Amino acid sequence: MTRIDDTFARLKTQNQKAFVAYIMAGDTDYDTSLEVLQGLPDAGVDIIELGVPFTDPMADGSTIQLAGQRALAGGQTLTKTLQIATKFRETNQTTPIVLMGYYNPIYSMGVDTFLTAASEAGIDGLIIVDLPPEEDVELCLPAQEAGLNFIRLATPTSDAARLPKVLQNTSGFVYYVSMTGVTGSAAVQAVDVKPEVDRIKASTDLPVIVGFGVKTPEAARDIAAIADGTVVGSAIVERIGRGDAPADVLSFVKTLADAAHS
Amino acid sequence: MTELFNSFMNGPDENGRFGDFGGRFVSETLMPLILELEAQYENAKTDDSFWAEMHDLWTHYVGRPSPLYFAERMTEALGGAKIYLKRDELNHTGAHKINNVLGQIILARRMGKTRIIAETGAGQHGVATATVCAKFGLKCVVYMGAHDVERQAPNVFRMRLLGAEVVPVTSGRGTLKDAMNDALRDWVTNVRDTFYCIGTVAGPHPYPAMVRDFQSIIGKETREQMDAAEGRLPDTVIASIGGGSNAMGLFYPFLDDESVNIIGVEAGGKGVNAKMEHCASLTGGRPGVLHGNRTYLLQDDDGQILEGFSISAGLDYPGIGPEHAWLHDIGRAQYVSITDKEALEAFKFSCEREGIIPALEPSHALAHVMKIAPELPKDHLLVMNMCGRGDKDIFTVARAFGFDMSGPEGRTFE
Repeated sequence: MTRIDDTFARLKTQNQKAFVAYIMAGDTDYDTSLEVLQGLPDAGVDIIELGVPFTDPMADGSTIQLAGQRALAGGQTLTKTLQIATKFRETNQTTPIVLMGYYNPIYSMGVDTFLTAASEAGIDGLIIVDLPPEEDVELCLPAQEAGLNFIRLATPTSDAARLPKVLQNTSGFVYYVSMTGVTGSAAVQAVDVKPEVDRIKASTDLPVIVGFGVKTPEAARDIAAIADGTVVGSAIVERIGRGDAPADVLSFVKTLADAAHS
Repeated sequence: MTELFNSFMNGPDENGRFGDFGGRFVSETLMPLILELEAQYENAKTDDSFWAEMHDLWTHYVGRPSPLYFAERMTEALGGAKIYLKRDELNHTGAHKINNVLGQIILARRMGKTRIIAETGAGQHGVATATVCAKFGLKCVVYMGAHDVERQAPNVFRMRLLGAEVVPVTSGRGTLKDAMNDALRDWVTNVRDTFYCIGTVAGPHPYPAMVRDFQSIIGKETREQMDAAEGRLPDTVIASIGGGSNAMGLFYPFLDDESVNIIGVEAGGKGVNAKMEHCASLTGGRPGVLHGNRTYLLQDDDGQILEGFSISAGLDYPGIGPEHAWLHDIGRAQYVSITDKEALEAFKFSCEREGIIPALEPSHALAHVMKIAPELPKDHLLVMNMCGRGDKDIFTVARAFGFDMSGPEGRTFE
């Protein structure tokens, strides 16, 4: 059982949907991202996705790309991202952190070194966008052995033939990407996503969380209602990027979390 | 199928790997598309009608076979090996790029795709893609780094004349790798009608193998032509490498001929040293994962990708095809680097000695020929792939030589 499994068990007894928030580590600088991170649980965030900056984020839209560039310009690295998580764990032992990013920084550090460091830093799961099931031996299987969840993205192109492959070796939860596109794309409608979520839930006992294109409290409420929870990333990152104070960012996050929990 | 036990020509394996390199490192949205492409390509590969169409267009549209030309005055000047140039710069659109584009577009048509996207650096792959799309009446969108759009204005205009939409890419630093990122973002968004036509032997499986197969016509012809001219195999084959498609096309048919030396020439920019102002992924990089494959990459200690630097926009890419990475590691091919300055010398040498204005990319290969040919015996047969013509580069070269062609710095003729 990871913190992720515990969180979903708790939410189930409370009959509540999960609210997942994404921020980029080191954006706009190390201290700002740490301050926002530390405030997320009190703002109602159930699971934190902590972005690892990468120069070539091919699955992200411009909002997340720019966040990564700001972080890298400030000297953020994978090592410093794990440091931020370590710092967070000094005061919080319950809220799960999922690292989200691309494989090369991890490969560059070395998979074994990374997994040891990530476990020590209190990381609970990984979403590595450019590691499909075909490359499971790279990181997915070693990560699960190290006790981390490996969370897979399911997409509109994950048809009946493909879905079993996507669900195999996934753990923690399934992240359903609501559209074909990059992060921060146009808003999605719950009514369009529901049949897809139902289709995935019919094939797995894992919770299904929906992200991509969820920008407002209303959308968070509607999308959470048809799934086990929802993720908001770009809308939060945009506020951080334009220089909103951490307190203001967190009060926006709270409106999203309250809506998703309603 | 008969397989040579120790053949170097059997790769990639079913996971798209050449040794440890290659693979399919893409987001889940793209996986079904890549698997579909692989299945369709496997099918086309053994379909005679597919190759009949290719050969018909290679002959009548591209102008193949390209000549294998004995460069007598170069040979004389260097005083050693007998130098042959494979004249792929004579192809329609002026480079080897169209060999591959034709294959991918015919495949796209077979798959019912109506919209073609491509990335381009110097613009040669973009022009080739726009050309073949015009020929078949397909919608074409080319992603090009904003920086390259500026420095390759003639090719941008060519693409627009041919009806393509050229999208300047401002994300990241606006170069070829960013153009590839944006092409992938387009593909992930428009999965149903769009075919991504990759210009080099990189990207997720099956692209490296597929592009190599289409470019292998270069090496196959060279083999036959050398046999006709000299009655034997060449002793050395040399080609320049950015992503590595012209080189892979020349090398592949010779991989199992032990007597043939294979040399790839990377762009050394201002010099391969700690300042990293070069594009020599093999001689100055280390293995990593980018754009769907594991290969040698220019990167920092954190695994962040570095920008390359080269006078040649076509070699300005921080990675290299995975098959080259493998050939490098097992030692079947040798990889060297050539600086901007050396390439410019070779550019001049080709103009003056043979009346051939080469592109800056093959000028790198020629510069290495100039280094090694004098030391080789006169009966040593050396083939260099003249993979592109230099029309697109005359402005860059003029600037580098301090030659003011049109008044204000950087202005070009209308």
